[in-house]
Amino acid sequence: MKELAVIEQSFAHSVDWKLDGNFVLNEALRANALTYLSENAFPTTRTEAWKYTRVTKIKNNSLQVAAAAPIADLTPIDEAAISLVFVNGHFDATRSASDFPAGMKVIPLSQMDEAERNVLGEIDAQKTDLFSAINTAYATDGVYIHVSARVQIAPTIAITHITTGDHLLVNLRHIIHLEKFAELNMIQHNTTDSGENAFSNIINQVYVGENARLTIDKLQNESEHAFHHATEFINQQKDSVFTINTITLNGGWVRNNLNCFVNGVNCETNLNGAYILTGNQHVDNHTVVDHMVAHCNSNELYKGIIDGKATAVFNGKVFVRKDAQKINAFQSNGNVLMSLDASVNSKPELEIYADDVKCSHGSTTGQLDEEAVFYLRARGLSEASARQLMVGAFINDVFEKIENEHVVAWIHDEISKRFNWNFN
Amino acid sequence: MISIKNLHASIDGKEILKGLNLEVKAGEVHAIMGPNGAGKSTLASVLAGREEYEITAGEVTFDGVDLLEMSTEDRAREGLFLAFQYPIEIPGVSNINFLRTAMNEIRAYKKEDPISAKEFMALVKEKSALVELDAKLASRSVNEGFSGGEKKRNEIFQMAMLEPKLAILDETDSGLDIDALRIVANGVNKLKSPDNASIIITHYQRLLDYIVPDFVHVLYNGRIVKSGPKELALELEEKGYDWIKAEFAE
Repeated sequence: MKELAVIEQSFAHSVDWKLDGNFVLNEALRANALTYLSENAFPTTRTEAWKYTRVTKIKNNSLQVAAAAPIADLTPIDEAAISLVFVNGHFDATRSASDFPAGMKVIPLSQMDEAERNVLGEIDAQKTDLFSAINTAYATDGVYIHVSARVQIAPTIAITHITTGDHLLVNLRHIIHLEKFAELNMIQHNTTDSGENAFSNIINQVYVGENARLTIDKLQNESEHAFHHATEFINQQKDSVFTINTITLNGGWVRNNLNCFVNGVNCETNLNGAYILTGNQHVDNHTVVDHMVAHCNSNELYKGIIDGKATAVFNGKVFVRKDAQKINAFQSNGNVLMSLDASVNSKPELEIYADDVKCSHGSTTGQLDEEAVFYLRARGLSEASARQLMVGAFINDVFEKIENEHVVAWIHDEISKRFNWNFN
Repeated sequence: MISIKNLHASIDGKEILKGLNLEVKAGEVHAIMGPNGAGKSTLASVLAGREEYEITAGEVTFDGVDLLEMSTEDRAREGLFLAFQYPIEIPGVSNINFLRTAMNEIRAYKKEDPISAKEFMALVKEKSALVELDAKLASRSVNEGFSGGEKKRNEIFQMAMLEPKLAILDETDSGLDIDALRIVANGVNKLKSPDNASIIITHYQRLLDYIVPDFVHVLYNGRIVKSGPKELALELEEKGYDWIKAEFAE
């Protein structure tokens, strides 16, 4: 094996990034990742998975591994939640909780001893990609959350990712492990304190044990000049329920990769997403649900409202493997274009190798129904109210899937601040 | 209440209304009848403010103000109501929510306080009973999954809620069975007062058995070519429109 420093250089040469820092994953994993980086180029639009999303602006940005920095006070989304805060990719102990309910371990990777850390962070080589390799090589922190068997955690665990400063490179790796019959609800909130051109690259490695239940409300509300790449690797065991609600309100460039591997029978997988975009935003949701065994349900509902010159991408893929019979997989993507310059590329896909399954997918893109706008105006509503009412009705389908009412209230609040829309 | 003088309107360069005159006073019910393509629905659309139509000449005053200068919503707020020939389905928008928004925007326009939730619900209960509209339908998405008759009853329900000065019913009777027709007509009759007026656009005389008009007008080729008492409707029913066409053909 070549020296780490040598292979590290070959990737570093391909970008103008300052890659000095303390990286938390173990040397063997980092070495593999660096080898991958030295041998693989950034994807181009010729790569199918990146057909509509360009990464040039990230590649060509002069990024620098970020150090912690002071930030303004945060307002929690859910007052009762247990809060964990990461600033510029570093755990902020002063803003984070230190007491946790019994049956639960919460340890920032940067505070683990090497022996503990050494067992974490492995990604199946088949499932890795350039951004995952960057994360493995350069993750500066993350949190390990472990919930013991039969333990239900009542308070929500809220992780806030916040950046402050320009041209930051932030890599975080979270490892979430639920044992049998464990239950956990999480918020992951991505936001910007100040600065431009921060690139956050965050991976959640999630294990949902037998009959366990995990819900993640992923809230993306960074600056219009921020880049965000998020990847989830979800491993579901039998009888488990996994739900993720991805709400994207702001962020210049956002790419979400959801990878759900359903390894056990009788699982439920719920993927919901809403994106409300304007300006020059670009938001790309790629999802994969891989049904490897029989008797599982997956439900996917993504809806977007796209205004200004914003662009959205949706690519949802459902695999039903051979002999994975009696699968119910439903997938739906709807988009409303609010301006002539807004655009969307939507591609729902099914790959089915079993013969006794019920799967459907659908995609719609259109403008608001002008006849309906006229009808509402003819009853006395202003044009703005009529459009707001219709937009609200369209997107509320997704918000209704969110169980945490603090999260729903926060979403309505942010939408009202950013778009002056009141859907309640 | 409304005075239409020499109204000319066209769509995509084609003139549909060619000098229409009509005067409606408070307390009156006017029926406008006519063959297909005469311009009946165009008249309703122009009065409600549909932007696809171009007004090339004429004037419309509504209670003394220039109606044609007003936006669609301001016409509604001034008390003009159009019952649509084809009510629109709006998925996800609750009938009741939107009506409450509408009422409050109308009230704000008139510088009145918003209606309280309790008052509003009492009104919903009262008015939905008037048109025998199931309370469940009242709270569902606007017209979504409604039958043809339910949609038309929903129009009259909305009219009852908003209490307009002038209601224009555009072919509200088309496609209704006799029970639905009776319910719709009954709703309209109960809402009649010395202070409001209605224009009933219809193809058939049948509705006029239930809603007795003060005047009947025949619209043909973009103009009102004949006006008379309610008996004119019977004559039209009996003789059809051919004699009108023969008499007024260009």
